[in-house]
Amino acid sequence: MPATLGGKLRVWRFLMARRAVQAGLLLLFFGSLHWGWNLFGRPLLVGNYSASEVLGLVPLADPFAVLQTVLTGYFPTTEVLVGAGLILLFYGVVGGRTWCAWVCPMNLVTDAAAWLRKRIKVRDLVNVTRNVRYGVLALTLVLSALAGVAAFEWVSPISMLHRELLFGAGIGWAAVLGVFLFDVLVLRDGWCGHLCPLGAFYAVLGERTAQVRVAFVDERCSRCGECVRVCPEPQVLNFKKAAEAGMVASGECINCGSCIPVCPEDALRFDWRHRIVAARRAGDPGLEKSQVPPQRRVA
Amino acid sequence: MSESTRRDFLVKAAQGTALAATGGLIWWFLLKNQARATPFAIRPPGAGTEAEFNALCIKCGLCLPACPYGTLKLAAAGESIPIGTPYFLPRDVPCYMCPDIPCKVACPTGALDPELTDIHQASMGLAVIDIESCLSWQGLRCEVCHRDCPVTNKAITVVHHPRKTSKHAVFVPLVHSEHCTGCGICEKVCPTDVPAIRIVQADLVQGKMGAHYRLGWTIDTPITQEFVPAQEAGPVRPGVDTTGAGVDYLND
Repeated sequence: MPATLGGKLRVWRFLMARRAVQAGLLLLFFGSLHWGWNLFGRPLLVGNYSASEVLGLVPLADPFAVLQTVLTGYFPTTEVLVGAGLILLFYGVVGGRTWCAWVCPMNLVTDAAAWLRKRIKVRDLVNVTRNVRYGVLALTLVLSALAGVAAFEWVSPISMLHRELLFGAGIGWAAVLGVFLFDVLVLRDGWCGHLCPLGAFYAVLGERTAQVRVAFVDERCSRCGECVRVCPEPQVLNFKKAAEAGMVASGECINCGSCIPVCPEDALRFDWRHRIVAARRAGDPGLEKSQVPPQRRVA
Repeated sequence: MSESTRRDFLVKAAQGTALAATGGLIWWFLLKNQARATPFAIRPPGAGTEAEFNALCIKCGLCLPACPYGTLKLAAAGESIPIGTPYFLPRDVPCYMCPDIPCKVACPTGALDPELTDIHQASMGLAVIDIESCLSWQGLRCEVCHRDCPVTNKAITVVHHPRKTSKHAVFVPLVHSEHCTGCGICEKVCPTDVPAIRIVQADLVQGKMGAHYRLGWTIDTPITQEFVPAQEAGPVRPGVDTTGAGVDYLND
């Protein structure tokens, strides 16, 4: 960690941007609902992360919630389908799990848990594969069809959190506290990295379509592992795969950008997938992007 | 595949299946348990059957700010109503039956039926009267529910109820289910300590007579030749032909 404030701010630039987006969106929801924030009499953003409306015109909806709804056997109206389509398009382009790092309010809770966990040095109680989330995802879809209700939406601590924040008191906070304690005491990145079916849904979505990716310059990387230490999904930073693709291609990458400022060799940056692919085809390793001269790899 | 790797694979598959089955069962139980509580929720206008509403409501809360009276609430976790779904408590704030039904307009999923255009066709619930605590039924002249009912003189009527000659007649409110929308204004205005008239889901209290009963004294149920006895019952008495309409041994 740099000693100067400027250096610290540089390291925290993506973190600060993410917090601004997360808090800003929640504030927009809250202000439109409780303080009547509007533009020409049209409320800015009403609803919540399940479904909402921008300026009383543009519908938005959680595509995973809508998918569960469709599976119940009751067909929703076009409005919510359009809303889900718009969100699907957006995250399809920027990378599905960009939702997780930049928008989802639960990220505030689990990041706090990860921070605390590091400080008090807790070891995992259980060892579980991160692929459990795909099982939970499958189970969500099967149960939605069997029980006739959107299975995850009825138990989701994420929805409980934003509903508690926007609409008021209930014991939904207990579920949020549960996620926090689980992440601190039981399993590192337990909720977001192992169980959450919404994250799994967006990971599947982002695997091929995501356009915003973390580009990787193998020629600069000294394999020091700083990036892996700060990454909430460390399995995505597979150096061999990243070197082949020139980027972190996995859909499980949440585009949080934590790895970028901590890299001492400046081997990582955000870039567009098509530019990374084009540069690799042209044989350009992308070194010109960096201000730091390339270092010799520590063998 | 060697013996041990095949065994590992089978064990892994069995473990995964067991985990999914156990987790799924608990999860399914949670969902069903929550859904079971829904008959006690009074929903905004346009909500269909509970199964339909539970499936379609996405828990976005868009109907809440749309309501100009602040009638609607979202069920919080731990309440005996499915989490995150809108409902209202008529005794606190009833539905004032806006003619443009803004909550329905705000609903993005169709959980509040977009086809509902006349608020008088809404069926949020049904008013029922506890005649043991209703002031009018005791003989006092109350009738507040009748006078405040927005479906004037249709959903609630006051009928004259004569008693023995030594006592004065009572005027009692009666609810008519075909007109009552379940808005709950009657429950709101009822002057008793605990409301004597309340909104409940109609399914919980309504009976069904059965199509074979004939109210012979009413004009719309005349006894005609179409009044067919059960055909499959066979001859009532040996040797008597009962195949003709309206024919049995009494008509011999």
